[in-house]
Amino acid sequence: MIPGGFEYHRPDSLAAAVGVLREYGDDARVLAGGHSLIPMMKLRMADVEHLIDVQDIAEMKGICAEGDKIAIGAMTSQHELIDSPEIARVVPILSEAALQIADPQVRYCGTIGGNVANGDPGNDMPGVMQCLDATFLLHGPDGPREVAARDFYEAAYTTARDDEEILTAIRISAHAPGYAYEKQKRKIGDYATAAAAVLIEKRDGLVANASIAMTNLSDVPVWSEAAGADLFGTDCGPEAVAAAVDTMLGDIDPTEDNRGPVEFKQHVAGIILRRAIARAWSRA
Amino acid sequence: MKDEVQTPEDRSAKLKGLGTSRRRVEDARFTQGKGNYVDDLKLDGMLFGDFVRSPYAHARVKSVNIDAAMALPGVIAVLLAKDLEPLSLHWMPTLAGDKQMVLADGKVLFQGQEVAFVVAEDRYIAADAIELVEVDYEELPVITDPFKALEPDAVTLREDIAGQTEGAHGARRHDNHIFLWEEGDKEATEQVLSEAEVVAEEMIYYHRTHPCPLETCGCVADMDKVNGKLTLHGTFQAPHVVRTVASLLSGIEEHNIRVISPDIGGGFGNKVGVYPGYVCSIVASIVTGRPVKWVEDRMDNLMATAFARDYHMQGKISATKDGKITGLWVHVTADHGAFDACADPTKFPAGFFHICTGSYDIPVAYVGVDGVYTNKAPGGVAYRCSFRVTEAAYLIERMIEVLAIELGMDAAELRSKNFIRADQFPYQSALGWEYDSGDYHTAWDKALKAVDYDGLRAEQAAQLEAFKRGETRKLMGIGLTHFTEIVGAGPVKNCDILGMGMFDSCEIRIHPTGSAIARLGTISQGQGHATTFAQILASETGIPADSITIEEGDTDTAPYGLGTYGSRSTPVAGAATAMAGRKIRAKAQMIAAYLLEVHDGDVEWDVDRFVVKGAPERFKTMKEIAYAAYHQPIPGVEPGLEAVSYYDPPNMTYPFGAYICVMDVDVDTGECDVRKFYALDDCGTRINPMIIEGQVHGGLTEALAIAMGQEIAYDEIGNVKTATLMDFFLPTAWETPNYETDYTETPSPHHPIGAKGVGESPNVGGVPAFSNAVMDAFRPFGLRHAHMPHDHWRVWKIARDLGLHS
Amino acid sequence: MSETTSQMNIKLTVNGEAHEVTCEPRALLIHVLREDLNLTGPHIGCETSHCGACTVDLNGKSVKSCTLFAAQADGAEITTIEGIANPDGMHVLQEMFREHHGLQCGYCTPGMITRAYRLLEENPAPTEEEVRFGMSGNLCRCTGYQNIVKAVLAASDQMAAQKEAAE
Repeated sequence: MIPGGFEYHRPDSLAAAVGVLREYGDDARVLAGGHSLIPMMKLRMADVEHLIDVQDIAEMKGICAEGDKIAIGAMTSQHELIDSPEIARVVPILSEAALQIADPQVRYCGTIGGNVANGDPGNDMPGVMQCLDATFLLHGPDGPREVAARDFYEAAYTTARDDEEILTAIRISAHAPGYAYEKQKRKIGDYATAAAAVLIEKRDGLVANASIAMTNLSDVPVWSEAAGADLFGTDCGPEAVAAAVDTMLGDIDPTEDNRGPVEFKQHVAGIILRRAIARAWSRA
Repeated sequence: MKDEVQTPEDRSAKLKGLGTSRRRVEDARFTQGKGNYVDDLKLDGMLFGDFVRSPYAHARVKSVNIDAAMALPGVIAVLLAKDLEPLSLHWMPTLAGDKQMVLADGKVLFQGQEVAFVVAEDRYIAADAIELVEVDYEELPVITDPFKALEPDAVTLREDIAGQTEGAHGARRHDNHIFLWEEGDKEATEQVLSEAEVVAEEMIYYHRTHPCPLETCGCVADMDKVNGKLTLHGTFQAPHVVRTVASLLSGIEEHNIRVISPDIGGGFGNKVGVYPGYVCSIVASIVTGRPVKWVEDRMDNLMATAFARDYHMQGKISATKDGKITGLWVHVTADHGAFDACADPTKFPAGFFHICTGSYDIPVAYVGVDGVYTNKAPGGVAYRCSFRVTEAAYLIERMIEVLAIELGMDAAELRSKNFIRADQFPYQSALGWEYDSGDYHTAWDKALKAVDYDGLRAEQAAQLEAFKRGETRKLMGIGLTHFTEIVGAGPVKNCDILGMGMFDSCEIRIHPTGSAIARLGTISQGQGHATTFAQILASETGIPADSITIEEGDTDTAPYGLGTYGSRSTPVAGAATAMAGRKIRAKAQMIAAYLLEVHDGDVEWDVDRFVVKGAPERFKTMKEIAYAAYHQPIPGVEPGLEAVSYYDPPNMTYPFGAYICVMDVDVDTGECDVRKFYALDDCGTRINPMIIEGQVHGGLTEALAIAMGQEIAYDEIGNVKTATLMDFFLPTAWETPNYETDYTETPSPHHPIGAKGVGESPNVGGVPAFSNAVMDAFRPFGLRHAHMPHDHWRVWKIARDLGLHS
Repeated sequence: MSETTSQMNIKLTVNGEAHEVTCEPRALLIHVLREDLNLTGPHIGCETSHCGACTVDLNGKSVKSCTLFAAQADGAEITTIEGIANPDGMHVLQEMFREHHGLQCGYCTPGMITRAYRLLEENPAPTEEEVRFGMSGNLCRCTGYQNIVKAVLAASDQMAAQKEAAE
């Protein structure tokens, strides 16, 4: 498996990177960790003429926590997320999700920016980001702009990012103490058969806030506002959970693949979501 | 001398002979990155070859345009079938008596089939050139189901043999039919079945999978035009066979072909066959005058080189009401893919599938196997098993379970009731095999006791009750297996591959100072031959294993042998090694007697020396004898101390084992976790317990993969759906359980050291153990059988179909 | 396919030795190591970053060199299996893999040991579960992992003992 030829760019600033994108448009691709893009190039399913390696761009690195806000540079690796005390303090659901992505080697390379930006429905972080109501920071020729994760995904591999933009950082607010990321997969290194991100805030024994998203069950991540609302004000009892699950199952649209037929995925999605809600509630 | 005060036990321990967990001599280089695998080889001027492969499973090749590819700088040649035709190399014989296209000759018959061979300065240019070869295909109807292939109006796949009613293995009744092979007494079996008190019947599909060694197949062909000598380095499990086949195909005399198998990164049957890549590399080297390397990528490997299994097995087993088995009837529809390229001994187109009466004393049996062509890759190799033995073991171990259900009987008890008794060995099976030795009841009882079988069943019942009360969504399954293997092919009188008898060989040279080199016709792919064969020799010759070099894999130096697969190395080459060692000892005895000034018969062997009978203080060590053999004139004895043995085994060996798996099955997600796995193996005399245990761990893990998810799956138009390691299931350390190993030791009576072979037992026995565990979990809800692999969705579907989700 | 075949110069420090390599931008690190620098210890197994046979240590991280362009490693410090051994002998991991029969065909072994090296650097006293999880990016077809896990745990014990003795 040998990729086709390309020209390699390694800009040392965001402006320079945007400049390359501007020059080559959709003939250019940004390379972050590369563990989605490079296999596609090796299989010759992605034809890239200009590859922009952004590893030297300081603005895209680092984790910066201030109070209950956290900004994560797009080039932060999954390994760094798992290792970071700030992440563990402010948004521990990210460490929990990152640990379930790929394998140790891939996590050293794979970045949060790459994971959210390329629009692969199999990636875990987009659903987590929607659950968290994260904001993506995009830099283009006209400077920066912000897009909510919940508005970012349009279809498989199609996002709100313009061809000339780079996703540089993610901004998240601290989440409720009740959290869980549950994922069923065939083995280490696999994408989810079904995965669920759940956040629950508990007040006076009742759900004060709930956010629910699922992964790899549609061509985009599925955040279901209504499913969260089903839990609101309840004690997260069986009926409320059943309602939330039913609502979510109405929103997903899985397709058959080697992981199984649609009916199976629908069922497993319900099971995984129940488990995630139960675990989040137990922590809330 | 210090040596003299050592006890025989001390001296024996120093040898590190049979029974010692000797550390492996191979490991120093492997752990330091100094292995020597075929892709590590770099020769001056070496070119790289790669294939244009068919995206279609069945299509006519209307035209191929290579102009753009040839115009790419660095491309040296693009070979097509028409270029090979003048050499008669556009087709090649398979090991199963069929023939196979080397490059597409007018049509393609499976996805990934080789269409053109691009030769370029390096692999990057070759990859680019592949994209530039334009092939015009006309799609044809695709058949991926062997039952549909045999329907009267099915399209003819193999037009080259259309209308031929006689194949390599007898009559063909349809253009897509390869053979019908039968064994046993059909009439008598059907009679018994028709009169039986109880008959259990089941259709059991053992899915298509793939050996998938971590190193793919590859070679470097190096034609030296000055000397007229072809050197072929490659991932060959049978280097001597490759040399003979290469000579027969190319017309190059055999002494001018040197085949070298360097270190091999796992084989598991994948590296037995001859592939188009080898042929094209040789031709390309001859054409260009430069060495040519071809190394598959992983997708090539999974799509085009030899698959395993794909057996649709219909079984009927009869018994008395109290569980005494009276007969077994089996019919197999065997999907061989586009060409019959099984690597079975020639007389056995279904391999040793007729070992399918297993460990049981079944008075009458019949087996019929229909081989069928489909639009899938060719193969049907013995993936970590002797030829089709894992299919056979799976069949009988499933049929036993189904019969137990039919009888309402405990499956352990049913097995015990029907085992061949120890006093029945050597045992003549209804399907024609003579089992050499065994003590199944002892092994079985030991296994049941080790796992506290009754306790497990009680625990399982308790968990079932908890499940019914809604306290858990997990069921517990207990998977039982008692398997009998048949390995060590084999006696030349009935075992050959393309006419090459399946003996094996060892040649030993003792050096004057008492160290030695031995060369064998086999080739290790991780089994640790350099370690274990030296141990056999140490015990036979009294030379410490650490002083013995083992060499394999170079046909210029090693004696002729049929190679390593089907657990044949220890039973056949191991026997040759022992026999060659005994020849050394026989000569050493004459020399010792002369040196000690007594008659030959007056000395006796004692660990590492000959001693004068009744005078233990008078002796000559093998080391002393070796020096004398070379440097002291001994009347009537030739100088030197060498021996060679070609061993034609009188029979196969029959290793066996008892495996018990405890599995937790989540009925909601279909996830299965192995809670416990106990494996008792009896491989006869144990040469190196450490290596045996390692083989068992590895074989069980391959069995786990096969049972729980590993498959080569096709869609209805013949696309391979599992061509990368994302979808082709190889478990990691995380999904793999710990195993408990145990043993009994029942030596083979006909093998010189009593050894039987072990490498493949854990795969043969492991697959039914895992599979039975899954299905046992559902037995209380009425499940009789469900097809493998038991991946999440299929297990979930069992639960769904049984109504466990409502 | 792109017609771009420009060459670039890359600096790599491999096993403590500085190298300059001229290659295409698309040259994969595994090929540069194996073909240009003749370091054939890391192997090619799956080519889609699943098997880990190509694992090398890059700037203190375990990476799969089949899924990395050499260009990305420009300026990096790399350790391959050939650089794991101490000058005075084999690394404890190498010894323990042999002692506990943690390898058979040897093809996955360089990647396994290189990965285990980084794992123990980061977590010198892992549990069995942590070893299994930490080694889950490396496939082995021969051993069933049981003895690999044993070898890594034994190496961890030995390294702790050595450290204690040195203190």
